[in-house]
Amino acid sequence: MSILTTLQLLPLIGAGLIAFLPVSNAKLVKQVALGFAVLVMIVSIFMAFGFEKSERSLQFSESRSWISAFNINYAVGIDGMALVLILMTSILVPIVFLAGWNESENGRWSVKTFYILLLVLETMMIGVFAATDVFLFYVIFEAMLLPVYFLIGGYGSGERAAAAMKFLLYSLFGGLLMLASVIGLYIISTNQGGGTFDITKLSELSIDTATQNWLFLGFFIAFAIKAPLWPFHTWLPTAAKSATAGTSTLLLGVLDKVGTYGMIRFCMSFFPEATKTFTPAIITLAVISILYGAFLAIGQKDINSLIAFTSISHFGFITLGIFALTSQGLSGAIFYMVNHGFSTAALFLTAGWMIKRRGSSQIADFGGLQRVAPVLAWSFFLAGMSALALPGLSSFVSEFLVLVGSFAKYPVAAILGTTGIILASLYVLLAVQRALHGETPTSAAGIIDLNLREKIAIGPVIAVLVLLGFYPKPALDVINPTTQTIMTHVGVSDPIAKVVK
Amino acid sequence: MLTSPKLDYALLAPILIILATAILGVLVEAFIKQALRARLQLTISLAGIVIAFEQLYRVRNQGSSMAAITSVSIDGAGIFLQGTILVLAFVGILLIADQDHFAPQASALPGSIEEAAALESGRAQTEVFPLTLFAVSGMMLFPVATDFITLFVALEVLSLPLYLMAGLSRRRRLLSQEAALKYFLLGAYSSAFFLFGAALLYGYSGSLSLNGLTDAIHGGGGNDVFLLLGIAFVSVGLLFKVGAVPFHSWTPDVYQGAPTPITGFMAAATKAAAFGATMRIFYVGLDAAQWSWKPIISVIAVVTMLFGAIAAISQRDIKRILAFSSIAHAGFLLTAVVSLNQSGLAALLFYSVAYGLATLGAFGVVTLIRDSAGEVSDINRWLGLGKKSPLIAATMSLFLLSFAGIPLTSGFVGKFAIFSAAYESGNIYLVVVGVLASAIAVFFYLRIILMLFFADASNDSVSVVIPPLLTRVAIFLSAIVTILLGLAPSILFDVAQNFAYFIR
Repeated sequence: MSILTTLQLLPLIGAGLIAFLPVSNAKLVKQVALGFAVLVMIVSIFMAFGFEKSERSLQFSESRSWISAFNINYAVGIDGMALVLILMTSILVPIVFLAGWNESENGRWSVKTFYILLLVLETMMIGVFAATDVFLFYVIFEAMLLPVYFLIGGYGSGERAAAAMKFLLYSLFGGLLMLASVIGLYIISTNQGGGTFDITKLSELSIDTATQNWLFLGFFIAFAIKAPLWPFHTWLPTAAKSATAGTSTLLLGVLDKVGTYGMIRFCMSFFPEATKTFTPAIITLAVISILYGAFLAIGQKDINSLIAFTSISHFGFITLGIFALTSQGLSGAIFYMVNHGFSTAALFLTAGWMIKRRGSSQIADFGGLQRVAPVLAWSFFLAGMSALALPGLSSFVSEFLVLVGSFAKYPVAAILGTTGIILASLYVLLAVQRALHGETPTSAAGIIDLNLREKIAIGPVIAVLVLLGFYPKPALDVINPTTQTIMTHVGVSDPIAKVVK
Repeated sequence: MLTSPKLDYALLAPILIILATAILGVLVEAFIKQALRARLQLTISLAGIVIAFEQLYRVRNQGSSMAAITSVSIDGAGIFLQGTILVLAFVGILLIADQDHFAPQASALPGSIEEAAALESGRAQTEVFPLTLFAVSGMMLFPVATDFITLFVALEVLSLPLYLMAGLSRRRRLLSQEAALKYFLLGAYSSAFFLFGAALLYGYSGSLSLNGLTDAIHGGGGNDVFLLLGIAFVSVGLLFKVGAVPFHSWTPDVYQGAPTPITGFMAAATKAAAFGATMRIFYVGLDAAQWSWKPIISVIAVVTMLFGAIAAISQRDIKRILAFSSIAHAGFLLTAVVSLNQSGLAALLFYSVAYGLATLGAFGVVTLIRDSAGEVSDINRWLGLGKKSPLIAATMSLFLLSFAGIPLTSGFVGKFAIFSAAYESGNIYLVVVGVLASAIAVFFYLRIILMLFFADASNDSVSVVIPPLLTRVAIFLSAIVTILLGLAPSILFDVAQNFAYFIR
């Protein structure tokens, strides 16, 4: 049994165990859940050490027949990209548990249900990145919406039911389009000597141009909704506003990465020709996302909506990097996915603490937080700095790589994208100024600082952001071989710099 | 010298056993005293179904044989469908066993003195059991019949009891009887169409059998007007039975008016039988003339999928919602029919089991949600049921997710199989429409889940009754199968694939 299977089974076992615990003992439930999440984290770090960087093929592979009639397998395996995303997931989950220790108590259902849903979600989040069978991927891609639906609808605040519904409908719609493409791929593989859902075999099919374009769109729209890219983004702000801080962290930090991950893993490897055809259009959408997200973020009065719109902007950067089709751009985009996960986590978790303490999510209700709760304020400040890609924090490295990579091919897009950075400093600094500095309103004077549990939760996130900011090599070393493989497969190479005399 | 025709009783035995049991049920109704009747009827019916299934299992490998002077062909698909119908009937009878749904004396006029007297005396007629079995025997014959006379007889044998059964409801009797009458009139009308079509096809080919028809089409020379009109009329009869647009208008009314266990049984089993026969007629009899009907049936499939999904959105009554959902599902199944390939047949076989059991389960849940006046089918009054009885709400959600085709349920695998068959046959636009219709349909399924779980309980007297044991068993079985076929569909799908063939 591959270690990847173990990683997926552990949270499930935890969820099964919790199901038998008494509902009344919420504390025990939380401890068991945290225990399992930490265990998963340790196992995944252990796995990372066994990962062979120089190896180009998939590692820790396992394949078992699942639905033999369609040659569907339970097949898992990871390359560098999947590895860093799984690591990010398994590190974020225990942090989310720890940070939101009490957030499940005001829900519609019990604390027990909350943690069962989260652990099931963790299994699926790992599985979705590990799957090397398109059918398996699709099943997890769709099934993982349900825990999130119940997490938003059952434990969120405000218009939570409507937000959950909107989220689910959007995602399912995209998913169904993808289903049509998945079936198309399967039938094409059947006609070319044996139906299969194996990612590697499917990427070797020869598909005519018109079909490629249609199938590409089926996948791409699903991923663009997930990521989310303008104009498919409207579900995100409502979902982020209603969900608990922990759920938002996982939703934007991990689940939405499935979108950008899928663009690389499926759109590019299955449809290299279509990728090139659609690149200009997608680059345009990406640039619009960057600017649109940033502009709207400036105008937001609600902290959670602000973070949601910054994410739309950041996903624009990631998409720009991916479809620039240069090695820097692609590596930068993959690295950006990881950094965005941690930086969003920092933002949502600190914002969640602020909102919980103040009882309001309006930025205007805060002020002078620096004086009353310095640690909380500094954490929020650092998270904000990471969102605006301050040099020295890891998001700078990735944003820089993306812009450099895209400038080589799409200078206009890169230049427009750069203005996104300036806008980012505007929306972050405005929020920081309003919330952390100035007069402390009397209603906000009673905000207490982070306790030990919360410090333990936020510590590692900031540590990762700083460490990878100064020393990104370990992550980039793992990512680069994936980048090379994809570049070779799509059949593009880096533009050679022209020497101007 | 006359020789008696060879009937192959062993192959016909499953149908004959069900018929015999039904007749036994009629005798029980007449001769056994009231106190014992209900229980005895139930036992006999279930036993009959089990024995018939056992016999069917015995002859499962004798597929590819004709019986009853070639008017019945026992082939893989036929055996699988008969098995499916028996399983669905078994679960359906578990639901029907709760006599609380049925009028004590159906023949008494609603609101009459006789009715009041029947209610007061505690008398109960249990003719619903033999009626169900008669319908089952017709359903078993319908998908294996290979000539138009047998097809018509089967169609009538399965329909007539259903017309009666739809009118048996204990509560809201007028609505129930209206449903029965509507179903009967429209059903009779469509049967006439079927018969007329069969006559025209006979005029074209000079043969009543599907094989004769195929030969005639291959041979050419017949009058194509007869062929085309015949195909059109026969199709009307079939499309009415499966509830496809534009012959669907009876569905919501009948589903709503009929006693809920009957609705569940009818929705599940009739669909399996009618689609089995439709597939056989088009696949075996009319394959050679597919240029004439395939475009139209494809259009009907498209319209049916979209109409069912869109019309369900505005409904507020759970039974009507499920009726429109069944119309949408009829569209999906028609997609399998026009695929005209082996994958399509296998998909149809799998789908009819998956959909049938989920339907029975869902209607089983509907029977449990009541107030003092009986079942509450208005979903606005279901608000917050998830709080009151989480288990029932979760089970209902499971069935709805299966209808919606969410992965890890049987419905998803069924839909996947149908769409890939359609793609394989080159009908890619049907896949696209199917996917879009599913996306629309997801909305109303999810809205029900939303109402169950995310809304606060409305302050009225709706409650979930403690389920009778057999209803519980039925819902439990359906739920287990729905999950199991979602997680490990191979168990059934491989069988469906092995049985997915017709003989000519």
